[in-house]
Amino acid sequence: MRKTEFAIVGAGPAGLSAAIEAARAGVKVVLADENQRPGGQLFKQIHKFFGSEAHHAGARGIDIGTMLLQQVSQQKNVEIMLDSVVWGIFRANPGHTLGVIHNSKNIHLKARKVLLATGATENVLAFPGWTLAGVMGAGAIQTLVNVHRVLPGKRVLMVGSGNVGLIVSYQLLQAGAEVVAIVEALPKIGGYAVHASKVARTGVPILTSTTVKEVHGKGKVEKAVLVQIDENWQPLTGTERELEVDVVCLACGLSPLAELAWITGCKFTDVPELGGHVPIHNENMETTVSGIYVAGDLAGIEEASTAIEEGRLVGIAVAEALGYLAAGEAKDKKTEISNRAEQLREGPFGITRKQAKEQLIRRSLSE
Amino acid sequence: MTLLKDGFLDPEELKNLPGVPSKKRLIQGPVVVIECAQEIPCNPCEEACHKKAIQIGDSIINLPILDADKCSGCGLCIASCPGQAIFVVDTTYSDTEAAIQLPYEFLPYPEERQVVDGLNRAGEKVCSAKVLKVLNPKKFDRTAVIMIVVPKQYAMEVRNIDLR
Repeated sequence: MRKTEFAIVGAGPAGLSAAIEAARAGVKVVLADENQRPGGQLFKQIHKFFGSEAHHAGARGIDIGTMLLQQVSQQKNVEIMLDSVVWGIFRANPGHTLGVIHNSKNIHLKARKVLLATGATENVLAFPGWTLAGVMGAGAIQTLVNVHRVLPGKRVLMVGSGNVGLIVSYQLLQAGAEVVAIVEALPKIGGYAVHASKVARTGVPILTSTTVKEVHGKGKVEKAVLVQIDENWQPLTGTERELEVDVVCLACGLSPLAELAWITGCKFTDVPELGGHVPIHNENMETTVSGIYVAGDLAGIEEASTAIEEGRLVGIAVAEALGYLAAGEAKDKKTEISNRAEQLREGPFGITRKQAKEQLIRRSLSE
Repeated sequence: MTLLKDGFLDPEELKNLPGVPSKKRLIQGPVVVIECAQEIPCNPCEEACHKKAIQIGDSIINLPILDADKCSGCGLCIASCPGQAIFVVDTTYSDTEAAIQLPYEFLPYPEERQVVDGLNRAGEKVCSAKVLKVLNPKKFDRTAVIMIVVPKQYAMEVRNIDLR
């Protein structure tokens, strides 16, 4: 049995930020991640981020990742456990015990406070031929192209025009692939127009009210059949068209990766604006189970910039709860962080998330 | 509706943006054209401008407002825009030609004096373009700024290049 004050599951932007803030206040932190290196999805994000200077706007995700790793490495009381799969959480008194497979050995890690920052999983779309080699998730393609520098194919059909679909299309173009088309089932483009414009001005058609009907090929993708759909999502017969492609990239949204949170018994609510079932949490990001916190995509699908702020918030809240920060000082820091997070939830794209988050916090008061 | 349907601005949508200079200002010399049409949380362009010609304000979702009289067309804001929505247009480059500065993140970069295709917002070739300069200082953080020369009537149309 190992012991720490604050255990964090997931070393992405939320987990790293929580570790940095808590450790700066003096908390002893163990940060566990199942991957071989920390950073979560940040090291696939080679584009420049939005926001203001306080959110590192204009910096590329990879460079924000490097910055967070430098900051965490300066903290002597943070231990990062890589190649560490957290498979269970058990109530201890006080705190919780994590079951962790680390270097192929099972260990128990007891912590007074736990942050689950496990991120998200990609949604898939099923259609005839979807199991053929070459039908891939956008995250997998980003890993192949941006981390391992391997092109999955030459001619790509992108399914989904949210920011992920638009950004991955652009990155495929940068890597030398041809993006034959982007299809979007909704009547309008889902992601930021500036991302769409970047791709459109290279000549990639964005086809709204259109989806992929089926994919054909001998053992691998050779052809995709597109079809237009009406406002009731019904295919319009006679509008089918074939595209020769060798990759079909699915960018159909993300869902919170919530298994560990479910295990703790914390209460959930279904919020479509936040990607599905999310743990109810208060303004400190604490769930309905005392001592279990959530941040980042698990607490509602948003962006790396918001995940960073939520992680920081948890770091401060945990430091306060463990007696490392006085209430007044913690309150000031939390207000500053919350204001930064709120800035990212303004405007037509952010407002639904902002309202959904506020509703979550109101729900937590009645639980 | 073109922006949300096809992903690029049409001339009508463009005209109404607070970051796009007037026709009168465009004929006076180099000036920035900010093709930012959605209220997204973002303000690096405001900080990039030394002449305070771009104003967003405290709420970072505001669209950038251009004070075109303060803008010298220096182009420092181009690479600062995470959305690659900023261009500099100089319709006074010569009697028949305009110069355009645009953000570019594809390798290889064009060579200076190379003749390339000038593409419009839909990615269609509309003219030939001659590359004047390729700027890629460290400050631009790997978003190069390419300066091209095109026939004057395409000054507000060409927004990308194709080396093929």
